[in-house]
Amino acid sequence: MRFMVIVKATKESEAGGPPDPQIMEAMGKFNEELVKAGVMLAGEGLRASSKGARVRFSGNTRTVIDGPFAETKELIAGFWLWQVRSKEEAIEWVKRCPAPFNGESEIEIRQVYEMEDLAPAMSEELRASEERLRAQLASK
Amino acid sequence: MSGADIHRAIEAVWRIEAARVIAGLARIVRDLDLAEDLAQEALVVALEKWPVSGIPPKPGAWLMATAKYRALDHFRAAERSGRKHEELSRELIERERLPPDLVSAVDDPIGDDVLRLIFISCHPVLPTESRAALTLRVVGGLTTDEIARAFLVPEPTIAQRIVRAKKTLSQKRIPFEVPRGLDLAARLSSVLEVIYLIFNEGYSATSGGELIRASLCEEALRLGRILAELDAREPEVHGLVALMEIQASRSRARVNATGEPILLLEQNRALWDQLLIRRGLAALERGSSLTSFRGPYLLQAEIAACHARALTAEATDWGRIVQLYTELARVTPSPIVDLNRAVAVSMHAGPEEALRLLDPLLSEPLMKNYHLLPSVRGDLLARLSRHAEAAAEFERAASLTCNAREQTLLLERALVNANAAARVSEH
Repeated sequence: MRFMVIVKATKESEAGGPPDPQIMEAMGKFNEELVKAGVMLAGEGLRASSKGARVRFSGNTRTVIDGPFAETKELIAGFWLWQVRSKEEAIEWVKRCPAPFNGESEIEIRQVYEMEDLAPAMSEELRASEERLRAQLASK
Repeated sequence: MSGADIHRAIEAVWRIEAARVIAGLARIVRDLDLAEDLAQEALVVALEKWPVSGIPPKPGAWLMATAKYRALDHFRAAERSGRKHEELSRELIERERLPPDLVSAVDDPIGDDVLRLIFISCHPVLPTESRAALTLRVVGGLTTDEIARAFLVPEPTIAQRIVRAKKTLSQKRIPFEVPRGLDLAARLSSVLEVIYLIFNEGYSATSGGELIRASLCEEALRLGRILAELDAREPEVHGLVALMEIQASRSRARVNATGEPILLLEQNRALWDQLLIRRGLAALERGSSLTSFRGPYLLQAEIAACHARALTAEATDWGRIVQLYTELARVTPSPIVDLNRAVAVSMHAGPEEALRLLDPLLSEPLMKNYHLLPSVRGDLLARLSRHAEAAAEFERAASLTCNAREQTLLLERALVNANAAARVSEH
């Protein structure tokens, strides 16, 4: 299973200043543990929303809005993609993560859709036609 | 937290910590069987205590300490009873009554313990399926039931394999060391073989209906990645990881909605997982940079990378693939490599030349019941419009494969060619 693990933004991350070196070091060690455990697929830190933009979709209209964005709780500061066997394992790894910021913060865990989740259920017609094809081939 | 929730959380902790705990114990007590028993005992205590006290902040250390105290109890009981406990290593008893500083024995910071554990659980003295089961259990932290379901084998069978494997390792007094020197190449090859076997079991079932059992691929990838960090100087380890990452990148494109296999050249490349491809190419770079002599896994990974880099099937660098197969044939000569090389030659130079390359394989005993040989011949003959012969080859291939889906695909091709031959003969 894959999970996206999202570090929510805080006023600190949105301020855009240099990251706390102690936190960086602790995070570096944590990332190493994830790599050594074969769990880490990808991970990046994101620049503050002042460097970003949004595109709003409304009918056929597209509106571009430049950052920064005011609602910090709508924003993210970074993410990982992990490969683990269960949501519980993802939670357990997150618990071992060093605090990403000096103040209060939150890390969210979201499961990635796998192919099986997205594959359309076989319709009855499709199933019936597959049966017919098999029968045809079997009789050859 | 509900009872079921805490149980799942403890299982998750176990999967993360099992290898290190078992490996550390095995180093101390010098016996994998005893080490695993002690670790399991610690897990039982955790399952009793943690639902009440909560999961401790350092669960790995907690499990290790608990297991060590259990080990002390074992040694003390053996000493008290005055007879040699058969599970203890003879040296240990002869040297001293109790291993010194058992409880404060330094935990392994470098990870050598887990590396040693992997080499032990993959020891060539064990049959391959036992190595796979044992490794998934002690390194992967899977339960016997999980392993059984993944391999489509009854649970008691897996349990027996694991029990017998640990007994064999004990009886043969396999030393708990990372192999060195001349021994290392063979032992490493055994480890890579096990990991790749687990991957292939997940990637394409050898019998039954479904082609992909994703979780085994993930397990193998994880084991490979762990090994690549523990033993970063071995090029073939990175080669194997690269090969698995790239092959796994195709899993969404390999099978269609009705479960039928799609050939590599016909796959929708937009479904190839670019993250895994990127990881695979990085692992390949890492492995290649360590050596000027490419072993079989690096070479196979290079071939997989050729496909991965091609944005469309038409863009595939077949010339390079032919060269790589030629090199692979030198490193690990085998009729299967020759077969694959012939396919690459057919794409690079045409079906006629490739057919000629297949002739020596027809009398090869290893190829007698291998469905891919007639399948490839059928494809080449079809491309040369020799439809009647192609149909016969596809039917032969269908009769040789155990996989229901592949059989369907082959019979379809036989039908198509038989019809084409019939149309030709009508004119």
